[in-house]
Amino acid sequence: MAGSVRRKLTPANTRSRRGADESRLTQWILISVAAIFVGLFLVLPLVSMFYEAFRRGPMAYFAALTQENTLDSIRYTLTIALLVVPLNALFGMAAAWALTRFQFRGKALLTTLIDLPFAISPVVVGVMLIALFGYQGWLGPWLREHDLKVVFALPGMVLATVFVTFPFVARELIPMMQSQGTEPEQAALTLGASGWQVFWHVTLPSIKWALLYGLILTTARAMGEFGAVFVVSNRIAGEMPIPLWVDNLNADHRGSDAFAVASLLAFLALGTLMLKAWLESRHQREEAAGMWITAAPVVNSGESETAFTSNTPS
Amino acid sequence: MKQTCKTRRLLPGFRLTLGFTLFYLSVVVLVPMSAMILRGSGIGWDGFWKHVLHPRAIAAYQLSLVASLTAALLNVLFGTLVAWVLVRYTFPGRRLMDALVDVPFALPTAVAGLTLGNLYGPQGWIGQWLIPMGIAGVNSRFGVVIALMFVSLPFVVRTVQPVLESFEQEVEEAAATLGAGRWRTFFRVVLPTLLPSIITGFALAFARALGEFGSIQFVSGSIPFKTEIAPQILIQHLDEHETAGAIAVALFLLIISFLILGTINLIESWARRFQN
Repeated sequence: MAGSVRRKLTPANTRSRRGADESRLTQWILISVAAIFVGLFLVLPLVSMFYEAFRRGPMAYFAALTQENTLDSIRYTLTIALLVVPLNALFGMAAAWALTRFQFRGKALLTTLIDLPFAISPVVVGVMLIALFGYQGWLGPWLREHDLKVVFALPGMVLATVFVTFPFVARELIPMMQSQGTEPEQAALTLGASGWQVFWHVTLPSIKWALLYGLILTTARAMGEFGAVFVVSNRIAGEMPIPLWVDNLNADHRGSDAFAVASLLAFLALGTLMLKAWLESRHQREEAAGMWITAAPVVNSGESETAFTSNTPS
Repeated sequence: MKQTCKTRRLLPGFRLTLGFTLFYLSVVVLVPMSAMILRGSGIGWDGFWKHVLHPRAIAAYQLSLVASLTAALLNVLFGTLVAWVLVRYTFPGRRLMDALVDVPFALPTAVAGLTLGNLYGPQGWIGQWLIPMGIAGVNSRFGVVIALMFVSLPFVVRTVQPVLESFEQEVEEAAATLGAGRWRTFFRVVLPTLLPSIITGFALAFARALGEFGSIQFVSGSIPFKTEIAPQILIQHLDEHETAGAIAVALFLLIISFLILGTINLIESWARRFQN
């Protein structure tokens, strides 16, 4: 979804073009097929999800949410997100600055490395961490000596989540900063601003929407990750984040509770989509108002951008 | 070029940002990956192939491959249709449909799996209608394909949509003026232009489906030789505290994903050249 801050739904051609449009009938058939597909495939799962969650009434719903293990899972998820999001935001800004403001050897390789998590199955990520931190892993003996636990505990889950979510901020910022060019920053420097001042007062305001969008994506993914975290968790109730707790409840045949807890994540997803829509409209309005024309696109060096820009397996 | 390099270097923070980027990447990605590769090389060729070529593992790769291909192909069909309808036609609810396409991106896979497992289960709203047709909606290969389709649908729509938006309809008008029928215009003029983006979307959807684990955990039932997919083999090794087996299979999957990444980059550059 890189650069999707700028993606908008262009108005369809309302003007009928001679010979370049299907007959009204064909149009409606195609629209109906698409609508039925989307309805069955995307809407029905959402509806049934909330139906199952609230089926037993609000009391049972809140009882499922307030039981101790659920509260623990919420605490785990929030802890993971609170640690992962700032770290990856820092990384994203540093990587975008280095990659878009300077030329150096190995730049293409670095760009590829940043996309790596999009290519690797999250389950494999978990095994990597076990190979490093597990009892039989590289650092295993040292960790045991110092009585430290990384995998099958919270630190492992944080590391796994960092791995699967670190490209999101960087991938939003890189195309944006690339297209903006460095003229305003150079000007600020010439006028005597320090490096940090340039970043805070010139760069940051012009990338804030892309940054915010990257943060939203990172948060959503960090809270929803399943595969990588599943591998490095000890799977003990009360010591797992929300997605794993949903799986645990479901495996215990406590389906209704599982749906109630899952609805938290579904609300998160819907919130993400709404925030995204709001950001897009804000961005467009600012762009229309001309606030975004701080610099004409100067350096579109034709950087290859892999299309691995969206969510990844889990 | 030299001149630009010089002026660009004027901006501060090169060492700081590049240093932090490299440090972070090393800690998060490179060190764990090398640990796995080194631990894997410690298993030796025989051990490696014993785990990787285990019949149960091979059955799982086959299912992963076939189910992912099926899901990606079905998504090419429906995804292109949805993209077409969204770009070309005006109808009530068009904005909503466009927003809904992003649902599989945003919805955590555990939630998707839980919901699909219930929906296609024997008592589910869809599953109960499948039983008379002799189709088991869950704990079946059918369920695996459905879940993989769900998680990989947006890739096709979101790859085809922008290309379709920038498509010059004048070309179609010209074809029509020259006497080509609508279908002929579509297959001879529109489709060839869309093809690179459709192929890219297919490859992305396929890659996404191949690595998927979360939702499958809920719908496949992990029945060995029947509904088990490749990542589940890994989990099974870990559950049996067979770390060497898990590492061997993980290495194999890692190599496969690099091959797919390379192929997709090739397709992309080919598609770009084709478009220009």
